[in-house]
Amino acid sequence: MTQRHFQRRRLHSKSWCLFVGFQFVEMSSRKLKSNNLKHSECLSQVQRILRERFCHQSLHSNLFGVQVQYKHLIELLKRTAIYGESNSVLIIGPRGSGKTMLINHALKELMEVEEVSENVLQVHLNGLLQINDNIALKEITRQLNLENVVGDKVFGSFAENLSFLLEALKKGDRTSSCPVIFILDEFDLFAHHKNQTLLYNLFDISQSAQTPVAVVGLTCRLDILELLEKRVKSRFSHRQIHLMNSFGFPQYLKIFKEQLSLPAEFPDKLFAEKWNENVQCLSEDRSVREVLQKHFNVSKNLRSLHMLLMLALNRVTSSHPFMTAADLMEANQLCSMDSKANIVHGLSVLEICLIIAMKHLNDIYEEEPFNFQMVYNEFQKFVQRKAHSVYNFEKPVVMKAFEHLQQLELIRPMERTSVNAQREYQLMKLLLDNTQIMNALQKYPNCPTDVRQWATSSLSWL
Amino acid sequence: MKSRQTYSWVGRPLLDPKLHHQTYREMSVKVEGCSTELHIHVGQFVLVEGNDDENPYVAKLVELFEDGSEPRSRKRARVQWFIRFCEVPVCKQHLLGRKPAAQEIFWYDYPACDSNINAETIIGPVQVVALAPDEVIPTDLKNEKTLFVKLSWNEKKFSPLSPELFAQLEKLQEGSPRCQKSVEAKTKNIESPSCTTAERAVKRVESRHSSSKSRPAPTHPVTPRARKRLELSSSPRTPNTRISRQTSWASPDSPRRTKRKAALSEITSPSKRSQPDGLQTPSPARKAPEKTGEIQRRSCAKDDKKVSAERHMTLRPRVPALKTTVLSEERRLTPTRGGRRSSMVPSVILIPENIRKREAEEPEAQDEAVSSRHHTSRKSSLLTLNQIKQQLRFLGKSESDSEDEEFLPAAEIPDSSSEEEEDSTSPLPRTPSGASRNLRSSTKLSLQTPSKTPKKTPKPRTPHHATPRIRSRNLAAQEPASVLEEARLRLHVSAVPESLPCREQEFQDIYNFVESKLLDQTGGCMYISGVPGTGKTATVHEVIRGLQQAAQANDVPPFQYIEVNGMKLTEPHQVYVQILQKLTGQKATAIHAAELLAKRFRTQGSSQETTVLLVDELDLLWTQKQDVMYNLFDWPTHKEARLVVLTIANTMDLPERIMMNRVSSRLGLTRMSFQPYTHSQLQQILGSRLKHLRAFEDDAIQFVARKVAALSGDARRCLDICRRATDICEFSCQKPGSPGLVTVAHLLEAVDEMFSSSYITAIKNSSVLEQSFLRAILAEFRRSGLEEATFQQWLVMFLLE
Repeated sequence: MTQRHFQRRRLHSKSWCLFVGFQFVEMSSRKLKSNNLKHSECLSQVQRILRERFCHQSLHSNLFGVQVQYKHLIELLKRTAIYGESNSVLIIGPRGSGKTMLINHALKELMEVEEVSENVLQVHLNGLLQINDNIALKEITRQLNLENVVGDKVFGSFAENLSFLLEALKKGDRTSSCPVIFILDEFDLFAHHKNQTLLYNLFDISQSAQTPVAVVGLTCRLDILELLEKRVKSRFSHRQIHLMNSFGFPQYLKIFKEQLSLPAEFPDKLFAEKWNENVQCLSEDRSVREVLQKHFNVSKNLRSLHMLLMLALNRVTSSHPFMTAADLMEANQLCSMDSKANIVHGLSVLEICLIIAMKHLNDIYEEEPFNFQMVYNEFQKFVQRKAHSVYNFEKPVVMKAFEHLQQLELIRPMERTSVNAQREYQLMKLLLDNTQIMNALQKYPNCPTDVRQWATSSLSWL
Repeated sequence: MKSRQTYSWVGRPLLDPKLHHQTYREMSVKVEGCSTELHIHVGQFVLVEGNDDENPYVAKLVELFEDGSEPRSRKRARVQWFIRFCEVPVCKQHLLGRKPAAQEIFWYDYPACDSNINAETIIGPVQVVALAPDEVIPTDLKNEKTLFVKLSWNEKKFSPLSPELFAQLEKLQEGSPRCQKSVEAKTKNIESPSCTTAERAVKRVESRHSSSKSRPAPTHPVTPRARKRLELSSSPRTPNTRISRQTSWASPDSPRRTKRKAALSEITSPSKRSQPDGLQTPSPARKAPEKTGEIQRRSCAKDDKKVSAERHMTLRPRVPALKTTVLSEERRLTPTRGGRRSSMVPSVILIPENIRKREAEEPEAQDEAVSSRHHTSRKSSLLTLNQIKQQLRFLGKSESDSEDEEFLPAAEIPDSSSEEEEDSTSPLPRTPSGASRNLRSSTKLSLQTPSKTPKKTPKPRTPHHATPRIRSRNLAAQEPASVLEEARLRLHVSAVPESLPCREQEFQDIYNFVESKLLDQTGGCMYISGVPGTGKTATVHEVIRGLQQAAQANDVPPFQYIEVNGMKLTEPHQVYVQILQKLTGQKATAIHAAELLAKRFRTQGSSQETTVLLVDELDLLWTQKQDVMYNLFDWPTHKEARLVVLTIANTMDLPERIMMNRVSSRLGLTRMSFQPYTHSQLQQILGSRLKHLRAFEDDAIQFVARKVAALSGDARRCLDICRRATDICEFSCQKPGSPGLVTVAHLLEAVDEMFSSSYITAIKNSSVLEQSFLRAILAEFRRSGLEEATFQQWLVMFLLE
């Protein structure tokens, strides 16, 4: 009784202490309130600015190492816009190398010239959206506002659309009609259209005395010219602008710094200064450099850098206002995470056992496909001889686990499932690699030792 | 729809001493299954069957004769053609310089055109109005079958009608506007000056009718005057009408007309006496019980007769004048009914429809009346003038019909004439009293009329050739400032040189081929092959340009040039649509177009010139059945087609490779192959383009010519390289004022840029992981010796590295 009383008093005193502590915190927070509020506001501002920078291709960022290509492109577009000279050009570069950014920059600069902005029409097409020429023609007609020209008679059949558009473009000449800039994103997909009609006609217009056009194609395929038919190829001017991500690691670091640092027009100057200082520190940190080097070695793509920074940025909170090296490392881990291994972590022991059985089958038969019966036999062998912790499940239960693996797409049937085929004998293939299985097993929580042993040494069981 | 028509001569034949065949003045067309006949006279305007059912040919009948030379004598006719705008070759339509009116036709002043036609192709008469050059073509016409001629067309240009021609046409229009004007002037003196004659006529008629039926007239605000007169008794009104009639009788034209009638009356055949007008002849149809409307009308006519009994006496001498109006009504009906549907319905039954139409038109007609009365602006007066003219033209055409009526019982005349006199004024404003009178009969008849006279609603026409275009720029394009810019402009592929160097031989061959076909007026095919950029299309264009100039200078007969490109079609069969549209301006589906073209090229057309057809990118017209190619090559083999087909493709052995035997056999052996340009030719081309322009070093030109000739011989490539080199040159020399010459170094850079493979730089610039990936693939390839490897195998190699 006394003990209990004592306990209660202790509890009481504890709560009092807590209360006092809370009061203290409240007092101090009141003092810091304005400061803190400002702090969190600043942080949300930072996150907004940086996220915008990472997600959208903002036109404010500088061009890295593509000045020569940029000048080439802008000269070409200007000649179309001002002299009415038809041109065609392809911008080629791997994903994330800044092709779209380059053309957007060029168009922005072009449109800032007053005499040009009223005179130029733009048509933006994307090979992923305009999947055939008919859709593309309709889109061109729409973007050129030609549907307003002739009242009711628009968008007839494909043939009508084509002749309509060709007629429209044929009417113009170099000096009097408005130049049109065609931008074809995912250019290689247009090359798969039937007969390449659209490309032929666009290039043909660019090579004849009709309405001046500039055809700008963006693609990441280096062999794009081989995709073009010979007469289409002959009409293309063979101007190519290559964007190659040709920067080294020092530039990569510079880009990293520039991407993270806050602009000078940030409202809270003090915070921005501190933030930028921190970024500078980060770029000099050894572990950060290691992370970046690893990332750089995997991919020079700036988008993947953005992804990394985004993940790191998400860890920034008001209690943790500045990015640290640990954040970046964590983000890197998240980036390079293997999703399949993660799925394996969530499997039951039975399912793990089945996967190990499949692994052994793969080792024995050298990547030959297996069926359920083989896997079950292998599993039976293990259970009967060596297993201590694994319960000998009935066949239907094992079958159920097997089907679950199939649902998770860790195994895949070799051919389509037919209705009357016996499921036990359907040939399957394992979609996991040996190293993936071993790695997953090591991280698997509470993995029975005999299972782990079985996984490492297969042949000794036979 | 089409009923059989029998054609027979009317009147005695006049033997032409010179031509040894019998000429006639008149022809009658009898439609089977119908009691009516259509009479067509020399001098009338007629519609002639053509390729297009919608728009038959228009012509003026010059002569009707029996061709006795052949074993079976045939009815022939000589005509003077008119041409519709849609028949003018599409490429020349722009010469008009304006949009043609919907019913405008052109005097076809082209003697080479065959004017001798089979008389049985004549569909029926049509009304054609000649307009002075300054007259406006009326647009809002009640009668859509009236056509207007204002200009003549001689295959080269549109020109106004010559004065004598105009006078001739004008003369044909019996009862010219001048005569009507005088009537107008006279009646104006009698009645109030603000009213038009036609209106007055209407009122007169109405008043007579309403009084005869002694029915109270409905009130209407627009025509108070008419109403006032209706309240008067018939006796004071009669003098009034008499006066107006006499004025028209006394009009200067009338004596002439009667004279002509007298002259014509002797050739009238007795067969014509059975007049189609059921009202005037006691035909069995009249007694048919279902024709209640007719009976009803007759009943009302009867009391009309009684009232106007004493008027017949006075009317008798004026019969001709009345008759013309009767016939004008008849004529007005014939073009629409007899002509178009080639069946004639007795006019009695037609009347209710007329009335209904009139009722529908009434509100606008009244508006018109109001406007014309209130402000007699030039336009409205012109409009009415035209309408009057149009009316009178019917009188002119029907003049020879009129003598038949003289045999008719006089008692019928007042009735029908009063009825029809009103109809003759149909294009003019109508007063409600007249309409409501007609309403009575029309409502009774409405049950039976729809089946007999389906109302024709003209479809609203959409613009046939909408011409879309990219909007023009606000600011003029800058002209090149520097030498390099000028050079770049000249080097652009689109810049058309004055002459094509290095293709003289090919040019001459194609030119000779087409020219000979044109001169012989035959057809033929030619196949031209060559790799891209060797000037095939450019040479053909050059040939056509030369031939067109020759045609203008009358060295070769004129021809029509059509170009189609296989790449600019969505589907091979669309080629028919394109050809048809460029040939005639018609639009049709692919199947229909193929039929029309086949018909056109396989049958003798009335006015055809040789057609030169260029088919570019022929290989894309390949279909499973090869029917498109077959047709293209089959048409020229017909003698009537006069079609020259020039085909272009890239592969030399295309006929052997993809065509069936029967197709390649029709293509024939006239082949031509364009060889890739050699370096000296390329050099010459560049030199001719850069004539008198010092922008390139001579060595540089030679360098690029040799380079391209070694690679492909594609002239486009050559020009593009040079153009790029000017860019580089401009770019590299910093001082804008003094651009140097384009040197070999610049060209080398341009060539490198275009032809060098970018793989090496791409690999060099890829990330470490990507590079090691490639290395692993290479290692795996070395290990296995196979060109294919699975990812798993590769991964092993990758991890080994």
